[in-house]
Amino acid sequence: MQDDPTPGELIAAAADFLRNDIMPQLSGHSAFKLRVTINALDLVTRQLMLEAGCDAAELNRLSQLLGKDGSLVELNGELADRIARGEATLETPGVADHLWQTTLDKLAIDQPNYGSYRRERDAKLD
Amino acid sequence: MTATTDELLGRCVTSWSPGARGIANVVRLSGGASQETWSFDVVHPRGDFGAILRRAPEGYGAAPERAAGLAAEAVLMQQAYQAGVPSPRVLHVLTAEDGLGTGFIMDRVAGETIPRKILRDEEFAAARPKLARQLGKVLADIHGLPLSQLPELRRMTAAAEIAELERDYRAFSGPRPVFELALKWLRDNDPGPSENVTLVHGDFRHGNLIIGPGGIRAVLDWELAHLGDPMEDLGWICVNSWRFGEIDKPVGGFGTREELFAGYEAAGRSADPARVMFWEVMGTLRWGVMCCGMMQRFRTSPERSIERAMIGRRSSETEIDLLRLLAPRT
Repeated sequence: MQDDPTPGELIAAAADFLRNDIMPQLSGHSAFKLRVTINALDLVTRQLMLEAGCDAAELNRLSQLLGKDGSLVELNGELADRIARGEATLETPGVADHLWQTTLDKLAIDQPNYGSYRRERDAKLD
Repeated sequence: MTATTDELLGRCVTSWSPGARGIANVVRLSGGASQETWSFDVVHPRGDFGAILRRAPEGYGAAPERAAGLAAEAVLMQQAYQAGVPSPRVLHVLTAEDGLGTGFIMDRVAGETIPRKILRDEEFAAARPKLARQLGKVLADIHGLPLSQLPELRRMTAAAEIAELERDYRAFSGPRPVFELALKWLRDNDPGPSENVTLVHGDFRHGNLIIGPGGIRAVLDWELAHLGDPMEDLGWICVNSWRFGEIDKPVGGFGTREELFAGYEAAGRSADPARVMFWEVMGTLRWGVMCCGMMQRFRTSPERSIERAMIGRRSSETEIDLLRLLAPRT
């Protein structure tokens, strides 16, 4: 067992330092690159918080949908093949819901400010 | 720029701009290993002027599969200019004697290409409501360029485009059920070869359009030009990835499809909304696959570019956009 702080806390502290102390000192291309770097660290922070829950739920949905067990990569490969062959379609019960939920969970980590994600997330809450 | 290249550029300028005393303010703007863009000023007794060099350095002559090639780009830009398409004037096409590789030099057109500024700054407030219609006319004029005068270009169809996308997706990424759904939809809904085959710009979107307070000033970057279904250009500029948050304004985040089509039709060509929608789905998937390609380049190139790495994590944006197009929830 490793000591605290957790990886998430360390990365968030590093991102805060870059954002609050270094960013104001830069301009031009360096400022742009630092912004991208901070975005990457923020993404990692979100992934550390959310990934385990999302992955477990995705695996569970895939097993139910496909009627078999396997790893996330294997089951995603199986679903992809069935979609390509026309055996799984948007009319197949559970497919559309699964694709939507999986995609929303990815965006919550990748780009929570993306316009269409915010629209769909907020619509879901209504 | 090394001193030698700087000298070569200075010498080259005097060959096509009589009286020019040399060059100043040379800045490299962008570019990867195979293509470079440089900005510089031509120092001239009758008044200095801004110019852009677009070139592939020597040893990088081979164009990637999709690219039209710099020689073709120069010809297309000249023809677009002559046909009245807002376009930089081509000042010089590089020759072997220039020693600068292949490429061309064009006027530097003042204006903005950064989407967030174009969509938000007060300076462009009057341009925004006019832009979609203006771009419709510009596209109609591009699609009206006589085929007989064009340089040799790839001929593309929807079916060929789907096959390329599928190959690239399988090369760049593990299984993605949403991309698979989009590929299936594209195969099932392919409208077949267009009756109308024209010049297609191929990358008509923010970043390649110079905008001023009065609207469009120049169309840039003909690298992906080809022959094909003209509706491809209308679909590509509607892809949500180019709306930069203004998701209810499908044309570049500033206008409606109806305005785009009205400008296109007022210039004497007809728009086919169903085909445009098909190409919007294709374009959305295409950008998603390109994001996966960025991830691959990040992983395999020694550069370890953080920008490329993060573009790789944008492929999920196209997945939600594909679901909004193909499986809307309401």
